Parts: sequence; C-alpha cells; structure tokens
Amino acid sequence: MGEKRKENALVISQEVLADGIFSMWIRTKAAVSAKPGQFISMYTDDGGKLLPRPISICEINKEEEKLRVVYRVTGKNTGTEQFSRLRGGDTIPLIGPLGNGFPVEKAKGRRAFLIGGGIGVPPILELAKQIECEKKQIVAGYRDMHTFLKEEFEENGEVYISTEDGSAGVKGNVLDAVREHALEADIIYACGPTPMLRAIKAYAEEKNIVCYVSLEERMACGIGACLGCVCKTSKKDAHSNVHNSRICKDGPVFPAAEVEL
Amino acid sequence: MNMKVNIAGVEWKNPVTTASGTFGSGAEYADFVDLNRLGAVTTKGVASVPWPGNPTPRVAEICGGMMNAIGLQNPGIDLFCERDIPFLRKFDTKIIVNVCGRSETDYCEVVERLADEAVDMLEINISCPNVKEGGIAFGQSAKAAEEITRAVKRYAKQPVIMKLSPNVTDIAEMARAVEAGGADAVSLINTLTGMKIDIHRRTFLLANRTGGVSGPAVHPIAVRMVYDTAQAVKIPIIGMGGIANAEDAIEMMLAGASAVSVGTANFHNPTVTMEIVDGIERYLEKNHIEDVRELTGAVR
Repeated sequence: MGEKRKENALVISQEVLADGIFSMWIRTKAAVSAKPGQFISMYTDDGGKLLPRPISICEINKEEEKLRVVYRVTGKNTGTEQFSRLRGGDTIPLIGPLGNGFPVEKAKGRRAFLIGGGIGVPPILELAKQIECEKKQIVAGYRDMHTFLKEEFEENGEVYISTEDGSAGVKGNVLDAVREHALEADIIYACGPTPMLRAIKAYAEEKNIVCYVSLEERMACGIGACLGCVCKTSKKDAHSNVHNSRICKDGPVFPAAEVEL
Repeated sequence: MNMKVNIAGVEWKNPVTTASGTFGSGAEYADFVDLNRLGAVTTKGVASVPWPGNPTPRVAEICGGMMNAIGLQNPGIDLFCERDIPFLRKFDTKIIVNVCGRSETDYCEVVERLADEAVDMLEINISCPNVKEGGIAFGQSAKAAEEITRAVKRYAKQPVIMKLSPNVTDIAEMARAVEAGGADAVSLINTLTGMKIDIHRRTFLLANRTGGVSGPAVHPIAVRMVYDTAQAVKIPIIGMGGIANAEDAIEMMLAGASAVSVGTANFHNPTVTMEIVDGIERYLEKNHIEDVRELTGAVR
C-alpha cells in the first residue's frame, strides 16, 4: 500500500496538430501498465488551479515508458492552455493510468466500429493499434477539415470521416458516415460528446450490437473517492449501492446498455 | 517528541485526519498513502439508507479551490458496516464515521446502528449545504443544533463530534449550543455556500446551482472561525478548511485546533496527508517543541 504517488513526468515533445489541438509525448512509468481507453490526471503548476485535468491516453509505448496525449485547449487561462506551453525537457505532474479502459478482447472475430468524435478521437488511436478483429472500421467525426490523427488511423484500419461542415468526408456526424458507406458491425467502441454517444447507443440497440462507450464528466479526485463524476446506471451499482457509477474509477468505459445517457 | 493527541478521550497517533467526503472510506487512497500513518480516517457521510446524491455536474474548480454539490451520495449504513468498517479496521488508525440524515430520526438510527460497531468516533454532519432537507437545517439554528446534539448523544456509544457550518452569523454561538447539548468535540468548517455561472452557456455550472466552496481560498476564514470557537468552548476542536500543507495545519492548531482535517488538498496531491504529518514533525523539531499539543491555541 502507498506505493503510488504523483509523478513529475518528463515532457519529451509537443506539437500542434490542428487549431487548438495539441499532441504531447510524456516519459512516465504510467505507460508500463496503461491500456487503451484509460486516462491520466495532469496537474498544472498554477497554485490557483488545484484539480487535475483528466486527459485520455492516445498512444502507449511500454518499452520506452512513454505516453502520448492529444488534447484540446479549452480556452484562455485554462489548465490545458498551460499544458500547451510545455516543451521537451519540461516536467508535468501526473497520476495514472486511471480508469478501466476498453475491453479490447471482446472484438476477436467480430466486425468492429471504432468511433471517435471531437476530442474523443484520440483514445481511439491506441485502441485501433491494439485491437484484433475481423474488420477494423474506424469512424472519426470532426468539426471541420482539421482531421487530426487521420493519417495515423489509416495505418491501422479502414477509416471513414465525417465533418460537421462537410469540408472533409461525409457531411454530418459519425452515424451519417456509417450510413453513407453502408457499414456494418457486430461490436462498437465509442468515445465522444454525450449527444453522439446517446445516438450510438440507440443505433446499437436498434441493430442489437454490443456497444461500449467512454464517458466524460467533470472530475475532482480522479480516483473514485469524491463521487463528483458519476453517471446514471440502469442497474444498481455494487460499489455505490445506488444507480450511480463513478466514471473515473468504474469507467470511463461502460457497456452502453448499462448507462443512461 | 510527542505527536499524539487526545480528542475527547480517543488517542490519535498524530493530529491529522481526512475531511469527510474527500477520502471515501480510505480504500481509493490506500494506493497512495499509508493509512496507518494517519491519526484518524474520517469517512464520507453515511445515512440510514442509500442516497443517490445530486445530478451532475457536481464539481467545479474556482481560483484557489473548488465547489462541490455531491448531495451526500452514500451506500447506506448496512453496506457501510459490512464493507467499509472491516476495511478500515485492517489499519492502525482511528475511525471517525461521518453521519448524515434528513431528520432527527435518521441521525439517531445511524448512530444507534454504529453503537456496537468497531468505530472510534462519530462526526455528525449538520452542515452540508447541498441537500435540501436536514443537514444544514440543523446547522443554522443554535436551538436546533443543541437539540440534535442532545438527541444523538442519547444513542451514541462513541464520542460525538458535531460538524459546524460556516454559513452562520456567529459560529461561536453554534459551538456553545452543541457543547451545551453534550457534544464531545466540534469540527469546522464545512464548506461555504457559493455559486458559479458559466457565462458561455449562461447557466449555472453546478446542476444544484449552489455548491460548497473549499480549498486554500477559504483557509483564512476557517482559521478565524476556529479561533472564535476556541475562545467560546472547552471541548476540543478539529480544524479544517483549505489546509494544503503542514504550515496551514500548524496555523490551524495555533488558532485553537487540537487536530486538523485535510480535504480538498487530497485532490491536488493524493499523498499530501503524509507530507503534512512529516511537516508538522519537522516544525516541532526545528522549533524545539516537545509536544504537538503545545501548538493548540498558542496564539491568542
């Protein structure tokens, strides 16, 4: 007990992928046990900003003990803006890996959709790299033509793009891309904004497909203690003894059928 | 050097505990801290039956702190006794169970249920700003606070700590009221009621609209209230409110606290409680103070 602690991890490099979207490689022990769909809690060095920022893991390199995070700067004077100023050689305090991650093994022998929307796109990359399935169909939804990570997805499966403004791929959302290309799957993994996940959950129910969704909520502790980031569940949760699960600890990935969106 | 403190007849190995609601029942933090090194673990509030709590968002950051409106989500006393107490009993630390309720009957039911459980102290939460009924209703009237204290004391086998709200005109009056009602100790401060508005969405940031403000931003308010309370009552005070390091903890003790609780700071640094225990020890050593109890109320 007591062997985990906040780590002052080393920033290896940082680059801009698109307007407001940053990619950072970090040398951290968290990489050793990290799984796709998990996240790390990153802290700023601003004494006024106390809470960690939960950031999903985009890529894992266990051998070299490094993780990649791709995140959006959410505004002026935000924690993410401070992260975006870090350069190789700087340090970043963090804890992790946190959360449960995607059940990669369930895809074996199945046709899979790997769906990411907006800033829910990044965790889909490591999932795409690790997943073994009969048909790997990556569907990524963006606001506009800044289709970050698209080339890297193309090295890992069939890629279908949707954009809200129609500037790349199918105009509309990720399900519009699925319909437009007449894609079919037996299992879905998805990460993105709640309205997208709600639509995907409904689609999965209609088609009777197994579906896992990665949820997001404002967090405080990030480790399951404060009960800040719960989601509503269809069945009584064993830990909470009510219809609430902790997104940081019991999630962020849940079977879509078990959560109310 | 002595780090032991005696709070209402219960000896803690050091004056550091965790603020209710920030530490669960310790299980999540056991990966980060050695629970054996805490003076006590104060649990998340528990009620007679499971409570689902408030809708989300339940938390928000502010400059130098945070707001929460969890709404006392808890698994109910039965599961708590079955799972959380046996977990904590594996460690050499004192167990303080925080008790919440909506009515006098609710509080008394939980307290009675805990009477024969292996817990060391009870902390009665009459100060949660985030639930509509109960909680704060008892914490903002001296008469109601005294009455609930007296009621709880009839069923309690363990020493009773009454947790006070800062959302009152005169906290010393509240402390005197619970002392008159038979409280063995007081703890303060619970969170200050606040509000945060999202200017882009033009709505409240917390689903509950209001929430409890905590963190370093409230520390000076807490120090002042602990000081005021120390001048008003003889029972020991557990001081809390924005303690983020050993210096803050020492300050709280100098103002009159016999022990301190660490809350929001756990979110910023999961191992902070260990650093605070070590830091208090170093301070005593450096200043040639033999006994940590000498700090309590040393500034008048």
